[in-house]
Parts: sequence; C-alpha cells; structure tokens
Amino acid sequence: MRGKQMTSSPRDEPLFHGGGVMEACDSSRVSLREFGCEQNLLSRPDGSASFIHGDTSVYAGVYGPAEVKVSKEIYDRATLEVLIQPKVGLPSVRERSQEQCVRETCEASLLLSLHPRSSLTLILQVLHDDGSLLSCFLNAACMALMDAGLPMSCLFCGVTCAIDADGQIITDPTAAQEKESRALMTFAIDSTQRNVLMSSTKGSFSVNELQQCIAVSQTASEKIFQFYRDSVQRRYSKTL
Amino acid sequence: MKDTPLSNCERDFLLQAIEEKKRLDGRQTYDYRKIKITFGTDYGCCFVDLGKTRVMAQVSCELIAPKENRPNEGIMFFNIELSPMASPAFEQGRQSELSVKLNRQLERCLRNSKCIDTESLCVVSGEKVWQIRVDVHMLNHDGNLMDAASIAAITALCHFRRPDVGIQGDEVTVYSPEEREPIPLSIYHMPISVSFSFFQQGTYLLVDPCEREERVMDGLLMIAMNKHREICSIQSSGGIMLLKDQVMRCSKIASVKVSEITELVGKALENDKKVRKAGGRCGFAESLPQERITALKMDKTPVEMMDVTERANDIVQKAGVPPQTVASPVVPVPGLGQVGQGLQNTWGLEEDEEVEEEESDISGEEQEGKVTQMEEEKYEKEESRGDVVEISDSEEEEVVILHPETPNKAKNTGFSSHQKGAASSKKGQKK
Repeated sequence: MRGKQMTSSPRDEPLFHGGGVMEACDSSRVSLREFGCEQNLLSRPDGSASFIHGDTSVYAGVYGPAEVKVSKEIYDRATLEVLIQPKVGLPSVRERSQEQCVRETCEASLLLSLHPRSSLTLILQVLHDDGSLLSCFLNAACMALMDAGLPMSCLFCGVTCAIDADGQIITDPTAAQEKESRALMTFAIDSTQRNVLMSSTKGSFSVNELQQCIAVSQTASEKIFQFYRDSVQRRYSKTL
Repeated sequence: MKDTPLSNCERDFLLQAIEEKKRLDGRQTYDYRKIKITFGTDYGCCFVDLGKTRVMAQVSCELIAPKENRPNEGIMFFNIELSPMASPAFEQGRQSELSVKLNRQLERCLRNSKCIDTESLCVVSGEKVWQIRVDVHMLNHDGNLMDAASIAAITALCHFRRPDVGIQGDEVTVYSPEEREPIPLSIYHMPISVSFSFFQQGTYLLVDPCEREERVMDGLLMIAMNKHREICSIQSSGGIMLLKDQVMRCSKIASVKVSEITELVGKALENDKKVRKAGGRCGFAESLPQERITALKMDKTPVEMMDVTERANDIVQKAGVPPQTVASPVVPVPGLGQVGQGLQNTWGLEEDEEVEEEESDISGEEQEGKVTQMEEEKYEKEESRGDVVEISDSEEEEVVILHPETPNKAKNTGFSSHQKGAASSKKGQKK
C-alpha cells in the first residue's frame, strides 16, 4: 500500500506512525463524478431541482409551507414529510429507510419553528440509479429547498464513500463499484462547520476506516458546496 | 395537501375568453402544445414534455407463470403513478378517482387494442412468459395527463429491449444484455390518445386543455387512434351530450394530430438509435440543457486526500475510551433468564413467564430480593399482557396466565383470560 501513495511529500513518514492498518488512499480513485443541477424546472411545486451524479439522476419537488392535516400537525413546528418514489414498482421498506435519512437531515437544517402548524412536503423521484443514490437524494433535496426559498440554518450535501475489497476508499461510487465494495457509507455534511448531520452505512469496516471516510467526505463536500455557490450565482447573475 | 381552489373570477375570465376564441397561452383551438421526447440511459425509459406537463415512463420485464386461461400469451401490466410532485392535490398511496380513470383509459388504449404481440412474449407455454410492466410517473401536472401518458407509454414500449432467450429442448437460457443483444418488442401499431375538452354544454371545444382549462371544462372526449386512422378507444366523460357530427369532426382532427405525433415519436426513436450506435452517452444527464441559467454542470473533479489519514488517526486517538455500557441496574443471578433490558417484553409472553417461574422456583429463597424485581417486571408484563390480551386478535382461544404464590400477587393467582373474558381479566388486574 505504501507504494500507492500519490503524494511524495515528507509527510509520508508521519502517516505510518500509529499501529493498526493504515489504508493509503489512491487519489486517482478518489474523485467526484460529473455533477449537474437544474433548478426551478417544474411549474407546480414551490421549489424543484434535478441533480445528477454521473448517470445517477434524481428529481426533487418541494411544496410548502402549506396546510397540514390536523392529525399530523405539530403546534410549534412545521411537519416535514419526505416521499421517495422508485422508478419501478411501489415504494417499499428500502425507500422508507432512505426517506427517514433524508428527513432527519432536512429537519436538522431547516428552521421549522418559523412555520408552526404547516406542512412541508419533499418528493424525490428516481430517474436513474447508477450508484450513490442516497447522496444524490440529499443534494437534490438541498437544491430544491433552496429553490423554494425555505429558511435553513445551513446547507447540506451528501457524499457516498465505498471501501472496496482492497481497502481503498472510493468516493461517489458507481453501481458496479458499490456492488463489489466491502462497505458503503453515506454522510450528510453541513456547510457551516462540516459536521456530519447523518450517516448511513452498510457493510463492515474499522473505526479508522470510518474516520478516514468521514474526513474524505468532508473534503469532498467542499467541492459540492462550491458547486452550489456557482449554481446560485449563475442563476441570479442576471438579476443581482 | 389541498390544491388551491379556482376563484370565480378566474373561472368567468377563462370561459369568457373561450367564448371569444382566445386561449390563455395564445394557442388556436386545435393546437397542441410543444411536445418534447427524450430517453433515459437504459432501454425503456422515456420522458415526455407536453408544454409544462412532464411525464416519465419506464418499461421493465420479468419472467412469470402465465394466466390459466391464456397459457401461451405474455402479460402486460400498466401502472400510472400520480406522484405528489405533480400536483399538491395528488396524495401518496391513495387511489383517487383520477388515478383510476387514467389507469383504465391507458389499459384500454394499449392492452385492448392489441398493439403488442403478446404471443411473442411466451417462452415456455403454460410455464414461463414475459410480463412487461409499464410504470408511468407524472412529474408535473399542467393539464392533459392522459395524452402525455399515452405518448410516453407507447414510446417507452417501442424503445424497450427485452433480454434474449434461448431454448434447447427443455433448457431455457436467459441471456444478459452483455452476452447477447436484447431484442425489441413486436409492436403492431402505435395508439395515441387525443383529448378534447368541451365548454358551455358542448358549444366550444378545445384540443389539449391546459390545467386551468381542465378545471372549467364541462366534459372531456378522449379518442385513441393510430396513424392508420383506426380508432382504438373512445371515451366521453363529464356527461355532456355530443352530436354525431361533433364526434366525427373530433375524430378527423384526432387523425391529423395522431399522424403528426407519430412522426415526432418516430424521429425521436431514430435519433436515439443513432446516438446509441455511435456510442455516445445518452440519458437524462446528457439532455440537461446547458444554455439555461438555472442549470449548471461540473466536470469530474478529484478530491484532495493529502491529510486524510492524519486527521482520521488524530480523531481516533483523541477519542476517549467508550464508556462501559451498563446493561441494566438489575444483575441477574445465574440461572435467571431475562429477555430485554428491563423493558416490557412483548414477545412470547406465555413461554417467558413459565420459564422464569420454573427458574425462580428452582433458585428458591435466595432470590427474595430478585423476586421483587422480577415481580415488578411481571407487573409490567401483566399490564402489557393485559393490553395485549385486550387488543390482540390472536387465534388462541384461551390464554392461561399463572403466577407464583407471593403475598403481593394474591389477587391474581391463576386467572385465565381469553378473548371473550377480557373484561373480567381486566377487572382482576386492577390494583
């Protein structure tokens, strides 16, 4: 593994200080796929966005703040509902667990107490799944919430990391890479302090590997937040 | 979520405009909105934009056993999903009237017209046939969902490729797309539906109503036709009375529109075939409009990995030792079984209770202290069991709950409860 370390700086030595297995990360594998985003593409929802990671594409639509059913209302906050629609078939348990992950992230960053007794509905539609689906959902959700103009305390982004059979960390894996990975992790990172808002993992990995993946995701999130800034800047370039 | 109701002045305005032969978006009476057809990355995925109405269709296939009365025909399954994204009025999971209507219309249009050769979908007669499933998702509702759905469905079916199947004697091999080129479905004709909306009791008609127009219309006539001028399905709803010549006129308009749309679909399929043959990237990602101000694309970027391992090791070393988790304040004496950590146990209540009783009997007096704790648990269990007995619909006729003889529990010794006797058992439990 030592040979694969790309940086040849004097930092090499300190890397192998402590005990345990140290996975050197090959930077040629650690890259984010092509990103694309379009906002305000649907006329009915209050906010809408589509987000693309390579071939994985997702649509997000937000309605709110709107009227809420009495059975679901919360007296001091808005009720956030997330719906994930798969491409084929009816939503199943997998979609429900993904909905929960997205909902918890959104609830952590939205200022829900500004709209008590209202409902916010976020609908995510899978257009094509080629890996890193949950992080694509998170990114699309954030862009749609921005497009809807809902007040948020911070932005968030999703990054998926996979650890393959050799112990290499791969960010933004494709479906083929996900299938062959030993562990798959998705983190939602916030924009103010790069904290982890939500994590969803599958597979087995060591504590060290987990921390490395979190560190990688935090670095990768810089790029994604820069992309958000560029998109919004472009969008308002003609008006501001 | 409810949709915003239409105000009276908006309604009057729309009707007045229609009387003066004006439409909100400046179209003529028989004009369709701009139709845009794009395809997804995999075969059978198609997006249709009818003005602002957006619809996505996906075709998939599966091998299943055929129907009893049709052993050598494949099965077509249609599903229209009114996604809550399309309109605030659509709710997840509930089969609204509109959803049932659209599903039925699409089925009649595509299945009953026999546009797909279902016999070619048979693999082994009576045992295995292909089930072709078409899922249509509404993404944005700006009127005329039926037409958009029918265009999307038939285009997706034409675009779809199913895996190749080889039969050698008794063995059937399904080849993956990498091994052998998948083959298209055999489609005889392409039925496309055209919708006409009527206003003022059939006096005025509009083709391809938008969402506002749909709200004020009196009735809708849907004609599904193919380019050979064969009517595949006609449906009139809303209770309007139409004259024979009105219907004839509509069918003539429909035939013109259908031939235009069929040409458009053909062109889109051709373009897609060319792009795929040339090996270019195709799919939703490619069709993202670059020149729009609301869209942005970023190329593949590497992620800096310089100090990742250092930071990770830092964190791991700085993190304290994880606290020893204390399972429960009660330390079970050896020989005592306990399921769960002092919480209410809701599985296999009867067996657990009996096991614990046996063990408590065996350990005897040593466990006076433990028994009180156990009693507390049992009280909880009883309560929960009381609840369970009340609300459960278990098949068991009689649930016998036995308790060890203890002073506190004198009241509750050996009562039996079953569904009918729930009330009496509840009484017995009241402490």
